[in-house]
Amino acid sequence: MLSALLALGILAMVIGLILGYAAIRFHVDSDPVVDQVDALLPQTQCGQCGFAGCRPYAEAIAAGAADINQCPPGGEVTIQNLANLLGVDAKPLNPEHGAHQEKTVVVIDEQTCIGCTLCIQACPVDAILGAPKHMHTVIQSECTGCNLCIPPCPVECIHIVPVQTTLRDWSWPLPAEADHA
Amino acid sequence: MPETPPRPLDLSFTQRFRFHGGLHLEVCQEVAAAHPIRPAGIPPQLVLPLAQHIGEPARCLVAVGDPVRRGQCLAEAAGMVSAPVHAPTSGTVVAIEPRPVPHPSGLPSTCIVIDTDGRDTALPAAPATDYTQSDPAELLEQVRAAGIVGLGGAGFPTALKLEHRQPIELLLINGAECEPCIACDDGLMRERPHEVIEGVRMLRHIVQAAACVIAVEDNMPEAEQALRQALVELHEHDIQVVNVPAVYPTGGERQLIKVLTDREVPSQGFPADIGIIVQNVGTAAAAFAAVSRAQPLTSRIVTVAGDGVREACNLEVRIGTPVRHLIAAAGGYGSRIERLLIGGPMMGFTVDSDSVPVIKTTNCILAVTAQSMPAPPPAQPCIRCGKCTEVCPANLLPQQLYWFARAASHDAAQDFGLFDCIECGCCAHVCPSHIPLVQYYRHAKTAIWTQEKQKRASDIARARHEARLARLERIKRERAEQLARKKRALADKEAGDNARKSAIQAALERVQKKKEQAGTRPRNIDNLTAEQRRQIEEVDRRRVNRSSPQDPE
Repeated sequence: MLSALLALGILAMVIGLILGYAAIRFHVDSDPVVDQVDALLPQTQCGQCGFAGCRPYAEAIAAGAADINQCPPGGEVTIQNLANLLGVDAKPLNPEHGAHQEKTVVVIDEQTCIGCTLCIQACPVDAILGAPKHMHTVIQSECTGCNLCIPPCPVECIHIVPVQTTLRDWSWPLPAEADHA
Repeated sequence: MPETPPRPLDLSFTQRFRFHGGLHLEVCQEVAAAHPIRPAGIPPQLVLPLAQHIGEPARCLVAVGDPVRRGQCLAEAAGMVSAPVHAPTSGTVVAIEPRPVPHPSGLPSTCIVIDTDGRDTALPAAPATDYTQSDPAELLEQVRAAGIVGLGGAGFPTALKLEHRQPIELLLINGAECEPCIACDDGLMRERPHEVIEGVRMLRHIVQAAACVIAVEDNMPEAEQALRQALVELHEHDIQVVNVPAVYPTGGERQLIKVLTDREVPSQGFPADIGIIVQNVGTAAAAFAAVSRAQPLTSRIVTVAGDGVREACNLEVRIGTPVRHLIAAAGGYGSRIERLLIGGPMMGFTVDSDSVPVIKTTNCILAVTAQSMPAPPPAQPCIRCGKCTEVCPANLLPQQLYWFARAASHDAAQDFGLFDCIECGCCAHVCPSHIPLVQYYRHAKTAIWTQEKQKRASDIARARHEARLARLERIKRERAEQLARKKRALADKEAGDNARKSAIQAALERVQKKKEQAGTRPRNIDNLTAEQRRQIEEVDRRRVNRSSPQDPE
């Protein structure tokens, strides 16, 4: 009886030590699900989902606090990917958060810009270059099209333009299919 | 695909092997090759796209209004995978702007537009090089600077292809036409075999290949004969000319290697990985001209064919010549044409206008009527007959790829070797349901590239956003620290002031105490006059008054 208790007690202690060590050794700082969800989001950081950026939205999805259909820039593709990742059914984009649109970027009308730096402070990816009382400009290649710089502009000099398709990023269209019904 | 074990090359090339699939297609190339190559002349205007090759578009070096001369470098290579563009004749740069280019998208791309002056003045002749006396690395640099790209159709910068890390066993010169109807290589070999052989010798010198063979198709005996004769005339005994069966797509690099050596290029690999380099005959001749005559790539041979032109022919065309000019040189449109194709009947693409220019990779212009190439009937559902699988020269499962491409299952398509597809069009050619299979694969490929690009862009955006958050956090922390420092400094100062004040106070108190202890009575007031006493009292009164301000006089 005593030996059995002793043996079990020692076993429990050893396993406890191993588990305790493993918890420290293999500690994961962030929630891996959050990282996986974040990797699927388009990273526009536009906040249309109602969160302060893609990462907070990913955290909310992982915590079950937000639905997967709140990302208009990602559209159907992102919803499908999220559904696959999380093992849930895909659903149409929630229109409350906006409609999916082709990617756009913004340009600053440099003649009108007064150099107030408000847009620079609004840009989540530091894609606007400028200094106080000096003309600002958008680094087109880094602009995610979140349009967060537009509301703060006091002189309305920021305009949305569609991204120009060039030979290098042109895609073959899917062949038109006849209706076989 | 089963990996074939590397076996020693049979350098006698007596045996021909079969690649999987392929098609025997009707040939129409005799028509074009029957006539000698004619110069197409200098058109009034040349349009030179900056992107005529695979890779980065060239970087423009000229400005509008600049006079240019033949052979002048107009745009330099921008990066590793790029090629410079040279002026094909003399004239003036009149515009640098987006113009329609020969591309399936029909999108405009930046071009340098030159109004030619008809004088065709060349730059002062650069010193020509005798390749036999030159270092391969130096020759490679000359080939690179001359803007030579693969003239077979793909347009990969030649110098890059010749740079190899592995020792090269075999230099395989591709004289098999890409597609039926194209006859530019045939014409070149028939009429300029010496150029070809010299070019091959030079390329061999550059890559230091152990063996060298020129492959022609068995339906071009004149070309084979001309090459053999040139070999004899040039006393070259170490280059072989062999013929291969004219099965489409033998002109494909991988297929030609398979036919001659029974080796397979690994999936996603390069021929150099198995010790072979393949170059087109036209590329060899152009590389030779670049080195021995210091001529950059400014012209090429283009086949103009199809039943829509009066006279199918091979033309020596300056790069940048509008297609319209070539059609005119071929006698003009014979009848109402249905489509204008750049490239051959299998892989060519339709262009909307004959104003697009010839670029370095344009090997054929095909003007077809509705009779010879009617619009494909509407696609029917796939009946899973498997004919496409039988003819696929890359040994893929076209039907599976079709389903995956349609369903946008990009991962599955890649697992099934989508990127090994050479887009030869055999599968679509035999499809009884007339499904435009190749277009599905092209769509899937470009969609995958687009997705990858978006993924990269979003990774960059994430990194930038995180960097920004970190910066804002850091600034906030630094501000807080600065504030705390200031507060502390203020508190220290106050504490210091208090200490000084209390020290003064203490000193005053000490003096007072001392005074009290020392008997307190001033000593020299014994024998004072009345006047002096009055003065002292007055002073005492003033002192008292001053020390109690609430009681003014």
